[in-house]
Amino acid sequence: MNATATGTLGIVMLCHTALRRAAQVARFWLEAGCPVVIHLDRAVPAAEAQAMRDDLGSHPLLAFGPRHRCDWGSWHLVAATQDACDLLLRQFPQVGHVLLTSGACLPLRPATDMQAYLAAHPQTDFIESVAIEHATWTMGGLSEERFTLYFPFNWHKQRWAFDQFVEVQRKLRIRREIPRPLRPHMGSQWWCLTRATLSAILNDPKRKRYERYFRRNWIPDESYFQTLARMHARAIESRSLTLVKFDRNGRPNLFYDDHLHLLRRSDCFMARKIWPEANRLYDFFLSDAARKLPPVAPEPAKIDRYFELAERQRTQGRAGLYMQSRFPGIDSSASKTAGPYSVFSGFDHMFEHFEHWLGQVTGTRPHGHLYAPERVQFHGGAKVWHGAISDSAAIRDYNPRMFLTNLLWATRGERQCFAYGPEDTMDHEVNWFMATDTNAEIHVIRGAWVLGLWQRAEISESVVAEAGRLHRREQDWLEILQSRWRMARLQVWSVADIRHAPELALKKAVSEIADPVALTAHGTAPLRPLDGFDAYLLALRNAGLAPQVFKNFQGDARR
Amino acid sequence: MSVLGQIRLRAERHAKLFRCLRKSASLRLRTKRTDMIRPRDILAFVTLRNELIRLPYFLDYYRAQGVRHFLIVDNGSTDGSAEYLEAQRDVSLWSTEASYKGAGYGVDWLNHLLWLYGAGHWVLVLDVDEFLVYPFCDTRPLSALTDWLDSQGRRSFGAMLLDMYPKGPVSAQPYRSGQNPFEIARWFDAGNLSIRRNAKYQNLWIQGGVRQRVIMADAPHKAPALNKTPLVRWSRKYAYASSTHTLLPRGLNKVYDDTGGEFASGVLLHAKFLDTIVEKTREEMARGEHYAGSREYRAYSRILAQTQDLWCDWSSEYINWRQLEILGLMSKGDWA
Repeated sequence: MNATATGTLGIVMLCHTALRRAAQVARFWLEAGCPVVIHLDRAVPAAEAQAMRDDLGSHPLLAFGPRHRCDWGSWHLVAATQDACDLLLRQFPQVGHVLLTSGACLPLRPATDMQAYLAAHPQTDFIESVAIEHATWTMGGLSEERFTLYFPFNWHKQRWAFDQFVEVQRKLRIRREIPRPLRPHMGSQWWCLTRATLSAILNDPKRKRYERYFRRNWIPDESYFQTLARMHARAIESRSLTLVKFDRNGRPNLFYDDHLHLLRRSDCFMARKIWPEANRLYDFFLSDAARKLPPVAPEPAKIDRYFELAERQRTQGRAGLYMQSRFPGIDSSASKTAGPYSVFSGFDHMFEHFEHWLGQVTGTRPHGHLYAPERVQFHGGAKVWHGAISDSAAIRDYNPRMFLTNLLWATRGERQCFAYGPEDTMDHEVNWFMATDTNAEIHVIRGAWVLGLWQRAEISESVVAEAGRLHRREQDWLEILQSRWRMARLQVWSVADIRHAPELALKKAVSEIADPVALTAHGTAPLRPLDGFDAYLLALRNAGLAPQVFKNFQGDARR
Repeated sequence: MSVLGQIRLRAERHAKLFRCLRKSASLRLRTKRTDMIRPRDILAFVTLRNELIRLPYFLDYYRAQGVRHFLIVDNGSTDGSAEYLEAQRDVSLWSTEASYKGAGYGVDWLNHLLWLYGAGHWVLVLDVDEFLVYPFCDTRPLSALTDWLDSQGRRSFGAMLLDMYPKGPVSAQPYRSGQNPFEIARWFDAGNLSIRRNAKYQNLWIQGGVRQRVIMADAPHKAPALNKTPLVRWSRKYAYASSTHTLLPRGLNKVYDDTGGEFASGVLLHAKFLDTIVEKTREEMARGEHYAGSREYRAYSRILAQTQDLWCDWSSEYINWRQLEILGLMSKGDWA
């Protein structure tokens, strides 16, 4: 054997599509003096295979391995690798390290860098190899079971049968014996092994027996070499030199032209998988373009973060967003709205210039009654608000829930405060939505609508009828707010409570959103004068309104 | 959905497929270049009438994204659209004088051509005033998206209409042939959509935007649908239902996540509000070939007569797809 410290790097390349690109990468290695053995999947049509051979021509450092048909996760991938490695080691005695790559892998650094790196670590095997008891990333919860169950069905094409068969075996407690002395390990199938280790694996006296065992495993290409390397290697560095980012379905994410800057920050030597049409990536990394640019410091965490964020967007999405490709059911996402908001009911009837005062002490732009029957009372009487939301009541009432979620989404970052009460167009669905929204903070003065009525109209038959309606509506709303499904923060006062201690109540209502300095500077809003209100109340009672209405005005209702 | 409901939907789909065969009798082949279509090509299917001024930019826009062939039905153009299209090397053209309304607003013709030529391809079904914007469209061609959709096992890709409009009266800035329409119609409404789920077809029914805010303000329920699924990996079993807003089988309409996550989606920038709309409105009102007695066009004519500005203080000016994604109008999902 020629496992010398000065051995060169040999490449094994497993190819099945985009052969033009594979040939381009092969040429990159050949030009750097690295022997290359290419395995062409047997599924590749003869014409395409021949075209690739013609494309590469004959080269003293190039050979083609025996062809297998490699389905995803099948044993044949391992067999193809074994044959190609065997050929490489036999034909090119100068090879010290063997790098296993695919036709969609792209070198991220010059070949000389990689050779220098390997020359500095002549005895080291670079293979991600994790003991199965520590492997937590696996799909479908199968880690140890990969080694102890039978897998006759294809996971991609016969998923149902695959799952059922696994289930049945679990029930029957089927457990294949793991041949001694193997200790199952798993990891990325893209590795770089020393000649010594690889030869030892290929020439292991028990190779036939191990093969019989691994043939039945699931995804043996992620475990065969990873397990055997543990037996034969002198020094394992358990990481892959090839960058692969998997999505949640276990498929490798593709790299495109716009990932160039991200890839330059990788600390890996190779990247997989490259989209075959990513011309800019191939042009850049297969030429000496990088040398002409100032060097960048590796920041692999940046790449991880980039893909983690994408994953999170797919699985959790952006809170409070309702759009064409994210439309969660009412209670199916963690957060129903884009940000916290405050609802004040009855405060404008009890306090002078409440809205103006609220804006002063909180620094927000409070709205009036967003659900007023005539039109939306945006802050300052605006006709349109953020997101081009119209003040038209007809449009709002067409989809009142989305009116609210739209507003909160369009103004995210700015706390929304608005008035809401029984005199508004109260939508049952919106009431439930707010009551079960953790972002909502709802402050209600029970019975304050009577003051609103008093300020608006003399007693008449129709006013009494309206009072009855408003009362019922308030009851319905409070019932929802006080149900056991409430998630919103809620404070309820009666009119009497407020009259008893107006400043205290007001301060408590804005305690979470007001700036203490502003609160000191502006004080609290004064109560509206209530001269003559008691007579109005009396007249209303005598007109036949329900007695519950009047409880809100009698002393401190909580006592 | 009940078994009965599913049987009904299947019957509806078969009826659609049968109907399009019948309605295809009125299609007359003008120029056939379909033998140029290669197996993995992305194809565009279009119905149009008198759109000559828009055609150069439209064709170039999609050529640049990687559309290989355009299959177009010309519904009786008199402005030279057909002659222009015949001269394009990547266009196959059919023409018909039959009623647009009678052909299910063009759906029957498209279903027929899709059945004949679309199967196995990723197809775009478009109007000439619709311009697809998808995640990374500034750096990745359309085939990158379709390859990825294939790898994810997805058969359809949603892209809702986003109505674009100019600042000032619509007719103030005349559109020149070949010009990017969004140099003029640069503005849009970013956050006033109304979305409901349609239980029968499983699609989202999206309304809103400037057409609801201004043109249909007094009858918001009549505002046109904005949801679309323009990019589909076609099969002979598929058909558009009553319009290009709904596909059958209905699984194709499910281009959204309903558990809180986001699917990748795009936007069709809608260049309807250019000065050309004045002429178009006059013509379409006279023909009455559009949905609900051309109600929409009657509303346009009323609003445009007042030379009302569609622009408002909270209109957003278009920059790029990343802006649309930040605003929550589209999503890259997990296509990183």
